[in-house]
Amino acid sequence: MDGQVIKGLVAIFLAAILTENYVLNKFLGICPFLGVSKKLNTAVGMSCAVTVVMVIATAVTWPLYMGLLVPNGLEYLQTVVFILVIAALVQLLETVLHKYMPPLYNALGIYLPLITTNCAVLGVTMLVLEKAAGDPTFGYVQALVNAFGSGVGFLVAMVLFAGVRERLEECDIPQCLQGLPITLVAASLVAVSFLGFNGLVDRLM
Amino acid sequence: MQILIPILIVGGIGLLAGVILAAASVLMAVPKDEKAEALEALLPGANCGACGFSGCSGYARAMAEGKAQPGLCAPGGPKVAQACGELLGTGPVETVSKQATVRCLGSDDNADTRMDYVGIASCAAAQLLGGHTDCRFGCMGLGDCVAACAFEAIRVCNGLAQVDPEKCTGCGRCAEACPRGLIELAPKKRRAVVLCSNCDSARDTLRVCKVGCIGCGKCQRTCPVGAVTVANGLAAIDPAKCVGCGKCAAECPRKVIRLETM
Repeated sequence: MDGQVIKGLVAIFLAAILTENYVLNKFLGICPFLGVSKKLNTAVGMSCAVTVVMVIATAVTWPLYMGLLVPNGLEYLQTVVFILVIAALVQLLETVLHKYMPPLYNALGIYLPLITTNCAVLGVTMLVLEKAAGDPTFGYVQALVNAFGSGVGFLVAMVLFAGVRERLEECDIPQCLQGLPITLVAASLVAVSFLGFNGLVDRLM
Repeated sequence: MQILIPILIVGGIGLLAGVILAAASVLMAVPKDEKAEALEALLPGANCGACGFSGCSGYARAMAEGKAQPGLCAPGGPKVAQACGELLGTGPVETVSKQATVRCLGSDDNADTRMDYVGIASCAAAQLLGGHTDCRFGCMGLGDCVAACAFEAIRVCNGLAQVDPEKCTGCGRCAEACPRGLIELAPKKRRAVVLCSNCDSARDTLRVCKVGCIGCGKCQRTCPVGAVTVANGLAAIDPAKCVGCGKCAAECPRKVIRLETM
Protein backbone atom coordinates (compact mmCIF):
# COMPACT_ATOMS: atom_id res chain seq x y z
CA MET A 1 0.00 0.00 0.00
CA ASP A 2 1.37 3.39 -0.84
CA GLY A 3 1.26 6.44 1.40
CA GLN A 4 -1.74 7.96 -0.30
CA VAL A 5 -3.94 4.95 0.54
CA ILE A 6 -2.83 4.83 4.17
CA LYS A 7 -3.42 8.55 4.49
CA GLY A 8 -6.90 8.01 3.10
CA LEU A 9 -7.59 5.22 5.59
CA VAL A 10 -6.49 7.37 8.53
CA ALA A 11 -8.73 10.18 7.26
CA ILE A 12 -11.68 7.78 7.01
CA PHE A 13 -11.00 6.46 10.51
CA LEU A 14 -10.75 9.93 12.09
CA ALA A 15 -13.77 11.20 10.16
CA ALA A 16 -15.86 8.26 11.35
CA ILE A 17 -14.98 9.05 14.96
CA LEU A 18 -15.16 12.84 15.01
CA THR A 19 -16.99 14.49 12.14
CA GLU A 20 -19.35 11.68 11.14
CA ASN A 21 -20.00 10.30 14.58
CA TYR A 22 -23.05 8.06 14.27
CA VAL A 23 -24.56 9.05 17.58
CA LEU A 24 -23.69 12.72 17.84
CA ASN A 25 -23.78 13.81 14.19
CA LYS A 26 -26.11 11.37 12.46
CA PHE A 27 -28.29 10.68 15.50
CA LEU A 28 -28.42 6.94 14.95
CA GLY A 29 -28.29 4.46 17.80
CA ILE A 30 -29.79 6.94 20.24
CA CYS A 31 -31.62 4.31 22.28
CA PRO A 32 -28.50 2.54 23.60
CA PHE A 33 -26.85 5.96 23.87
CA LEU A 34 -29.52 7.08 26.35
CA GLY A 35 -30.36 3.68 27.77
CA VAL A 36 -27.02 2.14 28.57
CA SER A 37 -24.91 5.21 29.37
CA LYS A 38 -25.80 5.39 33.06
CA LYS A 39 -22.65 3.62 34.15
CA LEU A 40 -19.20 3.71 32.60
CA ASN A 41 -18.49 -0.03 32.54
CA THR A 42 -21.81 -1.02 30.96
CA ALA A 43 -21.33 1.77 28.40
CA VAL A 44 -17.91 0.40 27.47
CA GLY A 45 -19.27 -3.18 27.25
CA MET A 46 -22.10 -2.13 24.98
CA SER A 47 -19.79 -0.07 22.74
CA CYS A 48 -17.33 -2.93 22.33
CA ALA A 49 -20.15 -5.26 21.31
CA VAL A 50 -21.43 -2.66 18.83
CA THR A 51 -17.95 -2.18 17.36
CA VAL A 52 -17.46 -5.90 16.80
CA VAL A 53 -20.89 -6.29 15.21
CA MET A 54 -20.38 -3.22 12.98
CA VAL A 55 -17.12 -4.57 11.55
CA ILE A 56 -18.44 -8.10 11.02
CA ALA A 57 -21.70 -6.84 9.55
CA THR A 58 -19.87 -4.63 7.06
CA ALA A 59 -17.50 -7.48 6.22
CA VAL A 60 -20.48 -9.60 5.20
CA THR A 61 -22.95 -7.11 3.75
CA TRP A 62 -20.46 -5.30 1.48
CA PRO A 63 -19.56 -8.34 -0.67
CA LEU A 64 -23.21 -9.44 -0.56
CA TYR A 65 -24.35 -6.08 -1.92
CA MET A 66 -21.58 -5.69 -4.49
CA GLY A 67 -21.56 -9.30 -5.61
CA LEU A 68 -25.19 -10.34 -5.44
CA LEU A 69 -27.55 -7.37 -5.31
CA VAL A 70 -25.88 -4.94 -7.74
CA PRO A 71 -25.38 -7.40 -10.64
CA ASN A 72 -29.04 -8.39 -10.42
CA GLY A 73 -30.29 -4.82 -10.13
CA LEU A 74 -31.73 -5.44 -6.67
CA GLU A 75 -30.30 -2.42 -4.84
CA TYR A 76 -33.78 -1.63 -3.55
CA LEU A 77 -33.71 -4.80 -1.43
CA GLN A 78 -30.70 -3.71 0.61
CA THR A 79 -32.66 -2.78 3.76
CA VAL A 80 -34.44 -6.13 3.96
CA VAL A 81 -31.35 -8.17 3.17
CA PHE A 82 -29.12 -6.20 5.56
CA ILE A 83 -31.53 -6.53 8.48
CA LEU A 84 -31.76 -10.26 7.82
CA VAL A 85 -28.00 -10.67 7.64
CA ILE A 86 -27.27 -8.52 10.71
CA ALA A 87 -29.87 -10.32 12.84
CA ALA A 88 -28.49 -13.71 11.83
CA LEU A 89 -24.91 -12.54 12.46
CA VAL A 90 -25.67 -11.29 15.94
CA GLN A 91 -27.36 -14.57 16.78
CA LEU A 92 -24.39 -16.49 15.44
CA LEU A 93 -21.96 -14.30 17.35
CA GLU A 94 -23.96 -14.89 20.53
CA THR A 95 -23.84 -18.67 20.07
CA VAL A 96 -20.12 -18.62 19.36
CA LEU A 97 -19.37 -16.41 22.36
CA HIS A 98 -21.54 -18.54 24.62
CA LYS A 99 -19.58 -21.60 23.62
CA TYR A 100 -16.01 -20.35 23.45
CA MET A 101 -15.89 -17.18 25.54
CA PRO A 102 -18.36 -17.51 28.42
CA PRO A 103 -16.84 -14.64 30.46
CA LEU A 104 -17.25 -12.24 27.55
CA TYR A 105 -20.73 -13.64 26.90
CA ASN A 106 -21.74 -12.99 30.50
CA ALA A 107 -20.18 -9.54 30.45
CA LEU A 108 -22.07 -8.51 27.30
CA GLY A 109 -25.23 -10.19 28.57
CA ILE A 110 -28.35 -8.52 27.27
CA TYR A 111 -26.48 -6.01 25.07
CA LEU A 112 -25.66 -8.50 22.36
CA PRO A 113 -29.27 -9.37 21.41
CA LEU A 114 -30.15 -5.68 21.72
CA ILE A 115 -27.72 -4.86 18.91
CA THR A 116 -29.88 -6.87 16.49
CA THR A 117 -32.20 -3.88 16.36
CA ASN A 118 -29.55 -1.18 16.70
CA CYS A 119 -30.03 1.30 13.88
CA ALA A 120 -26.40 2.48 14.10
CA VAL A 121 -25.24 -0.93 12.85
CA LEU A 122 -27.69 -0.87 9.97
CA GLY A 123 -26.70 2.76 9.31
CA VAL A 124 -23.00 1.92 9.08
CA THR A 125 -23.58 -0.86 6.55
CA MET A 126 -25.95 1.20 4.41
CA LEU A 127 -24.39 4.67 4.47
CA VAL A 128 -21.00 3.24 3.56
CA LEU A 129 -22.52 2.24 0.20
CA GLU A 130 -23.45 5.87 -0.50
CA LYS A 131 -19.86 6.84 0.23
CA ALA A 132 -18.60 4.16 -2.13
CA ALA A 133 -20.95 5.34 -4.89
CA GLY A 134 -19.43 8.84 -4.79
CA ASP A 135 -15.80 7.77 -4.55
CA PRO A 136 -14.29 5.16 -6.90
CA THR A 137 -11.26 4.61 -4.64
CA PHE A 138 -13.52 3.57 -1.75
CA GLY A 139 -13.24 -0.22 -1.54
CA TYR A 140 -13.68 -3.14 0.84
CA VAL A 141 -10.74 -2.19 3.11
CA GLN A 142 -11.96 1.39 3.35
CA ALA A 143 -15.43 0.14 4.27
CA LEU A 144 -14.04 -2.02 7.07
CA VAL A 145 -11.93 0.85 8.43
CA ASN A 146 -14.99 3.07 8.28
CA ALA A 147 -17.01 0.49 10.25
CA PHE A 148 -14.30 0.13 12.87
CA GLY A 149 -13.98 3.91 13.17
CA SER A 150 -17.75 4.22 13.55
CA GLY A 151 -17.65 1.69 16.38
CA VAL A 152 -14.85 3.59 18.09
CA GLY A 153 -16.85 6.79 17.58
CA PHE A 154 -19.80 5.11 19.28
CA LEU A 155 -17.49 4.13 22.14
CA VAL A 156 -16.18 7.69 22.46
CA ALA A 157 -19.71 9.12 22.53
CA MET A 158 -20.89 6.56 25.08
CA VAL A 159 -17.91 7.03 27.40
CA LEU A 160 -18.13 10.82 27.21
CA PHE A 161 -21.81 10.78 27.90
CA ALA A 162 -21.54 8.24 30.71
CA GLY A 163 -19.09 10.64 32.37
CA VAL A 164 -21.48 13.54 31.88
CA ARG A 165 -24.35 11.55 33.37
CA GLU A 166 -22.33 10.44 36.37
CA ARG A 167 -21.66 14.12 37.04
CA LEU A 168 -25.33 14.97 36.56
CA GLU A 169 -26.19 12.57 39.37
CA GLU A 170 -24.33 14.84 41.77
CA CYS A 171 -25.97 18.04 40.59
CA ASP A 172 -28.82 19.98 42.07
CA ILE A 173 -31.24 19.79 39.14
CA PRO A 174 -34.61 21.60 39.19
CA GLN A 175 -37.35 19.09 39.83
CA CYS A 176 -39.10 19.65 36.50
CA LEU A 177 -35.89 18.73 34.64
CA GLN A 178 -34.86 15.70 36.66
CA GLY A 179 -34.43 12.38 34.89
CA LEU A 180 -34.91 12.16 31.13
CA PRO A 181 -35.29 15.91 30.36
CA ILE A 182 -31.87 16.86 31.72
CA THR A 183 -30.38 13.79 30.03
CA LEU A 184 -31.72 14.95 26.65
CA VAL A 185 -30.45 18.50 27.24
CA ALA A 186 -27.01 17.12 28.14
CA ALA A 187 -27.05 14.85 25.07
CA SER A 188 -27.80 17.78 22.78
CA LEU A 189 -25.00 19.85 24.32
CA VAL A 190 -22.54 16.99 23.79
CA ALA A 191 -23.75 16.73 20.18
CA VAL A 192 -23.32 20.48 19.64
CA SER A 193 -19.79 20.28 21.00
CA PHE A 194 -19.02 17.60 18.42
CA LEU A 195 -20.05 20.00 15.64
CA GLY A 196 -16.82 21.80 16.48
CA PHE A 197 -14.91 19.01 14.74
CA ASN A 198 -16.50 19.83 11.36
CA GLY A 199 -13.88 20.32 8.67
CA LEU A 200 -11.12 19.26 11.02
CA VAL A 201 -10.20 16.08 9.18
CA ASP A 202 -10.20 17.68 5.73
CA ARG A 203 -7.81 20.38 6.90
CA LEU A 204 -5.65 17.91 8.73
CA MET A 205 -5.08 15.74 5.65
CA MET B 1 -40.32 -14.31 -14.22
CA GLN B 2 -38.38 -11.28 -13.15
CA ILE B 3 -39.82 -11.41 -9.65
CA LEU B 4 -38.36 -14.87 -9.12
CA ILE B 5 -34.77 -13.61 -8.93
CA PRO B 6 -35.26 -11.36 -5.86
CA ILE B 7 -37.42 -14.01 -4.22
CA LEU B 8 -34.73 -16.62 -4.77
CA ILE B 9 -31.92 -14.35 -3.60
CA VAL B 10 -33.60 -13.07 -0.42
CA GLY B 11 -35.11 -16.45 0.31
CA GLY B 12 -31.76 -18.08 -0.29
CA ILE B 13 -29.95 -15.70 2.05
CA GLY B 14 -32.61 -16.31 4.71
CA LEU B 15 -32.44 -20.06 4.25
CA LEU B 16 -28.64 -20.02 4.37
CA ALA B 17 -28.65 -17.91 7.54
CA GLY B 18 -31.21 -20.25 9.07
CA VAL B 19 -29.19 -23.34 8.22
CA ILE B 20 -25.99 -21.79 9.59
CA LEU B 21 -27.74 -20.77 12.82
CA ALA B 22 -29.36 -24.18 13.21
CA ALA B 23 -26.04 -25.91 12.62
CA ALA B 24 -24.29 -23.55 15.04
CA SER B 25 -26.87 -24.14 17.75
CA VAL B 26 -26.36 -27.90 17.42
CA LEU B 27 -22.58 -27.88 17.00
CA MET B 28 -21.89 -25.28 19.66
CA ALA B 29 -24.63 -26.18 22.08
CA VAL B 30 -23.80 -25.26 25.65
CA PRO B 31 -25.23 -27.72 28.13
CA LYS B 32 -27.73 -25.76 30.14
CA ASP B 33 -28.38 -26.54 33.76
CA GLU B 34 -32.03 -27.56 33.69
CA LYS B 35 -32.22 -27.66 37.45
CA ALA B 36 -31.02 -24.07 37.74
CA GLU B 37 -33.58 -22.94 35.18
CA ALA B 38 -36.40 -24.72 36.98
CA LEU B 39 -35.29 -23.20 40.28
CA GLU B 40 -35.10 -19.73 38.77
CA ALA B 41 -38.67 -20.11 37.56
CA LEU B 42 -39.74 -20.81 41.14
CA LEU B 43 -38.04 -17.70 42.56
CA PRO B 44 -39.95 -14.42 42.62
CA GLY B 45 -37.62 -12.68 40.15
CA ALA B 46 -37.36 -9.46 42.16
CA ASN B 47 -33.51 -9.65 42.15
CA CYS B 48 -33.52 -8.03 45.58
CA GLY B 49 -30.32 -9.71 46.74
CA ALA B 50 -31.66 -10.73 50.16
CA CYS B 51 -30.23 -14.22 49.61
CA GLY B 52 -26.73 -12.80 49.29
CA PHE B 53 -26.37 -13.56 45.58
CA SER B 54 -26.31 -11.13 42.68
CA GLY B 55 -29.88 -11.93 41.73
CA CYS B 56 -32.44 -14.67 41.35
CA SER B 57 -30.51 -16.43 38.57
CA GLY B 58 -27.31 -16.35 40.63
CA TYR B 59 -29.09 -17.88 43.61
CA ALA B 60 -30.74 -20.52 41.42
CA ARG B 61 -27.36 -21.48 39.94
CA ALA B 62 -25.78 -21.71 43.40
CA MET B 63 -28.65 -23.88 44.64
CA ALA B 64 -28.38 -26.18 41.64
CA GLU B 65 -24.65 -26.59 42.26
CA GLY B 66 -25.31 -27.34 45.91
CA LYS B 67 -23.46 -24.23 47.07
CA ALA B 68 -26.52 -22.65 48.67
CA GLN B 69 -29.43 -23.83 50.75
CA PRO B 70 -33.05 -23.33 49.77
CA GLY B 71 -34.89 -20.98 52.09
CA LEU B 72 -32.60 -17.96 51.75
CA CYS B 73 -35.19 -16.17 49.64
CA ALA B 74 -36.93 -13.74 51.99
CA PRO B 75 -39.53 -12.42 49.51
CA GLY B 76 -40.49 -15.93 48.45
CA GLY B 77 -41.00 -17.07 52.01
CA PRO B 78 -41.86 -20.62 53.04
CA LYS B 79 -43.77 -21.36 49.83
CA VAL B 80 -40.76 -20.83 47.57
CA ALA B 81 -38.40 -22.51 50.04
CA GLN B 82 -40.66 -25.55 50.10
CA ALA B 83 -40.89 -25.73 46.32
CA CYS B 84 -37.12 -25.34 45.92
CA GLY B 85 -36.50 -27.99 48.59
CA GLU B 86 -38.79 -30.42 46.82
CA LEU B 87 -37.10 -29.79 43.48
CA LEU B 88 -33.66 -30.34 44.99
CA GLY B 89 -34.87 -33.35 46.90
CA THR B 90 -33.59 -32.05 50.23
CA GLY B 91 -36.98 -32.29 51.90
CA PRO B 92 -38.89 -29.67 53.86
CA VAL B 93 -37.14 -26.43 54.77
CA GLU B 94 -37.75 -24.35 57.84
CA THR B 95 -38.07 -20.64 57.26
CA VAL B 96 -39.00 -17.66 59.34
CA SER B 97 -40.57 -14.81 57.47
CA LYS B 98 -39.38 -11.47 58.71
CA GLN B 99 -40.59 -7.95 58.59
CA ALA B 100 -38.89 -4.59 58.72
CA THR B 101 -39.82 -1.99 61.33
CA VAL B 102 -38.60 1.60 61.47
CA ARG B 103 -37.70 2.18 65.10
CA CYS B 104 -38.58 5.85 65.20
CA LEU B 105 -41.68 7.98 65.60
CA GLY B 106 -39.95 11.28 64.88
CA SER B 107 -42.25 12.65 62.20
CA ASP B 108 -42.23 16.39 61.51
CA ASP B 109 -44.88 16.87 64.22
CA ASN B 110 -42.87 15.11 66.90
CA ALA B 111 -39.27 16.06 66.27
CA ASP B 112 -37.63 19.22 64.97
CA THR B 113 -34.66 19.76 62.69
CA ARG B 114 -31.55 21.66 63.62
CA MET B 115 -30.96 23.03 60.13
CA ASP B 116 -32.59 23.40 56.74
CA TYR B 117 -30.98 20.67 54.69
CA VAL B 118 -30.82 21.49 50.97
CA GLY B 119 -28.13 19.05 49.83
CA ILE B 120 -28.48 15.76 47.95
CA ALA B 121 -31.76 14.14 48.90
CA SER B 122 -30.21 11.12 50.58
CA CYS B 123 -29.96 10.10 54.22
CA ALA B 124 -26.41 8.86 53.65
CA ALA B 125 -25.38 12.31 52.38
CA ALA B 126 -27.14 14.15 55.22
CA GLN B 127 -25.49 11.82 57.71
CA LEU B 128 -22.09 13.06 56.52
CA LEU B 129 -23.00 16.37 58.19
CA GLY B 130 -24.23 14.53 61.24
CA GLY B 131 -27.81 14.61 60.01
CA HIS B 132 -30.23 17.52 59.95
CA THR B 133 -32.63 16.24 62.59
CA ASP B 134 -32.37 17.42 66.19
CA CYS B 135 -32.32 13.80 67.29
CA ARG B 136 -29.04 12.21 66.24
CA PHE B 137 -30.63 8.75 66.20
CA GLY B 138 -33.96 9.46 64.48
CA CYS B 139 -35.31 9.06 60.97
CA MET B 140 -34.17 11.80 58.58
CA GLY B 141 -36.95 11.03 56.14
CA LEU B 142 -34.86 11.47 52.97
CA GLY B 143 -35.82 8.02 51.74
CA ASP B 144 -32.69 5.91 51.26
CA CYS B 145 -34.81 2.97 52.45
CA VAL B 146 -37.55 3.85 49.96
CA ALA B 147 -35.03 3.77 47.13
CA ALA B 148 -33.60 0.47 48.37
CA CYS B 149 -36.96 -1.30 48.60
CA ALA B 150 -37.74 -3.45 45.58
CA PHE B 151 -41.34 -3.96 46.63
CA GLU B 152 -42.55 -0.38 47.22
CA ALA B 153 -43.23 -1.33 50.80
CA ILE B 154 -41.75 1.82 52.36
CA ARG B 155 -42.83 5.39 51.98
CA VAL B 156 -41.82 8.57 53.74
CA CYS B 157 -44.81 10.28 55.27
CA ASN B 158 -44.47 13.56 57.15
CA GLY B 159 -40.70 13.14 57.41
CA LEU B 160 -40.83 9.60 58.75
CA ALA B 161 -40.29 6.32 56.90
CA GLN B 162 -43.12 3.85 57.31
CA VAL B 163 -43.20 0.19 56.34
CA ASP B 164 -46.30 -1.35 54.84
CA PRO B 165 -46.46 -4.77 56.53
CA GLU B 166 -48.63 -6.14 53.73
CA LYS B 167 -45.97 -5.49 51.12
CA CYS B 168 -42.82 -6.00 53.19
CA THR B 169 -41.08 -9.27 52.42
CA GLY B 170 -38.33 -8.98 55.00
CA CYS B 171 -35.47 -8.94 52.49
CA GLY B 172 -33.55 -6.46 54.66
CA ARG B 173 -32.30 -4.11 51.95
CA CYS B 174 -33.78 -1.10 53.73
CA ALA B 175 -32.01 -2.04 56.95
CA GLU B 176 -28.72 -2.03 55.04
CA ALA B 177 -29.51 1.29 53.38
CA CYS B 178 -30.38 3.19 56.57
CA PRO B 179 -27.24 5.09 57.67
CA ARG B 180 -28.56 5.27 61.22
CA GLY B 181 -29.41 1.59 61.52
CA LEU B 182 -32.97 2.41 62.44
CA ILE B 183 -34.65 -0.44 60.67
CA GLU B 184 -34.98 -3.70 62.52
CA LEU B 185 -35.74 -7.06 60.92
CA ALA B 186 -37.68 -9.37 63.18
CA PRO B 187 -39.88 -12.44 62.70
CA LYS B 188 -43.45 -11.81 61.66
CA LYS B 189 -45.49 -12.58 64.76
CA ARG B 190 -47.54 -10.88 67.43
CA ARG B 191 -44.96 -8.94 69.41
CA ALA B 192 -44.18 -5.56 70.91
CA VAL B 193 -41.65 -3.18 69.35
CA VAL B 194 -40.00 -0.08 70.75
CA LEU B 195 -40.37 2.64 68.13
CA CYS B 196 -37.37 4.65 69.22
CA SER B 197 -33.59 4.33 68.84
CA ASN B 198 -32.48 7.28 70.96
CA CYS B 199 -29.72 6.26 73.37
CA ASP B 200 -29.40 9.71 74.97
CA SER B 201 -30.31 10.43 78.56
CA ALA B 202 -33.95 11.14 79.36
CA ARG B 203 -33.31 14.89 79.52
CA ASP B 204 -31.62 15.03 76.14
CA THR B 205 -34.29 12.83 74.57
CA LEU B 206 -37.06 15.04 75.93
CA ARG B 207 -35.34 18.09 74.46
CA VAL B 208 -35.31 16.76 70.88
CA CYS B 209 -38.45 14.61 70.59
CA LYS B 210 -42.00 14.63 71.86
CA VAL B 211 -42.32 10.84 71.77
CA GLY B 212 -38.84 9.37 72.31
CA CYS B 213 -38.07 6.58 74.76
CA ILE B 214 -36.69 8.01 78.02
CA GLY B 215 -35.61 4.68 79.46
CA CYS B 216 -37.87 4.91 82.52
CA GLY B 217 -37.93 1.13 82.84
CA LYS B 218 -41.66 0.70 83.38
CA CYS B 219 -41.88 -1.77 80.52
CA GLN B 220 -39.03 -3.84 81.93
CA ARG B 221 -40.79 -4.13 85.27
CA THR B 222 -44.15 -4.96 83.67
CA CYS B 223 -42.97 -7.64 81.28
CA PRO B 224 -44.02 -11.07 82.58
CA VAL B 225 -41.48 -12.99 80.48
CA GLY B 226 -38.40 -10.79 80.84
CA ALA B 227 -38.23 -9.89 77.17
CA VAL B 228 -37.58 -6.18 77.78
CA THR B 229 -34.23 -4.76 78.76
CA VAL B 230 -33.48 -1.08 79.28
CA ALA B 231 -29.93 -0.02 78.58
CA ASN B 232 -28.38 3.35 77.58
CA GLY B 233 -31.70 5.05 78.22
CA LEU B 234 -33.49 2.94 75.64
CA ALA B 235 -35.82 -0.03 75.98
CA ALA B 236 -35.23 -3.04 73.74
CA ILE B 237 -37.51 -6.03 73.30
CA ASP B 238 -36.18 -9.45 72.38
CA PRO B 239 -38.53 -10.68 69.64
CA ALA B 240 -37.68 -14.28 70.47
CA LYS B 241 -38.89 -13.95 74.07
CA CYS B 242 -41.82 -11.57 73.52
CA VAL B 243 -45.20 -13.27 73.75
CA GLY B 244 -47.18 -10.27 72.56
CA CYS B 245 -49.23 -9.73 75.71
CA GLY B 246 -49.16 -5.97 75.21
CA LYS B 247 -48.67 -5.03 78.85
CA CYS B 248 -45.56 -2.96 78.13
CA ALA B 249 -47.37 -1.04 75.41
CA ALA B 250 -50.18 -0.21 77.81
CA GLU B 251 -47.77 0.90 80.56
CA CYS B 252 -45.42 3.04 78.44
CA PRO B 253 -45.83 6.70 79.49
CA ARG B 254 -44.42 7.89 76.17
CA LYS B 255 -46.59 5.57 74.06
CA VAL B 256 -43.49 4.53 72.14
CA ILE B 257 -44.11 0.78 72.33
CA ARG B 258 -46.42 -0.62 69.70
CA LEU B 259 -47.96 -4.04 69.57
CA GLU B 260 -47.49 -5.59 66.14
CA THR B 261 -50.38 -7.84 65.26
CA MET B 262 -49.76 -9.89 62.18
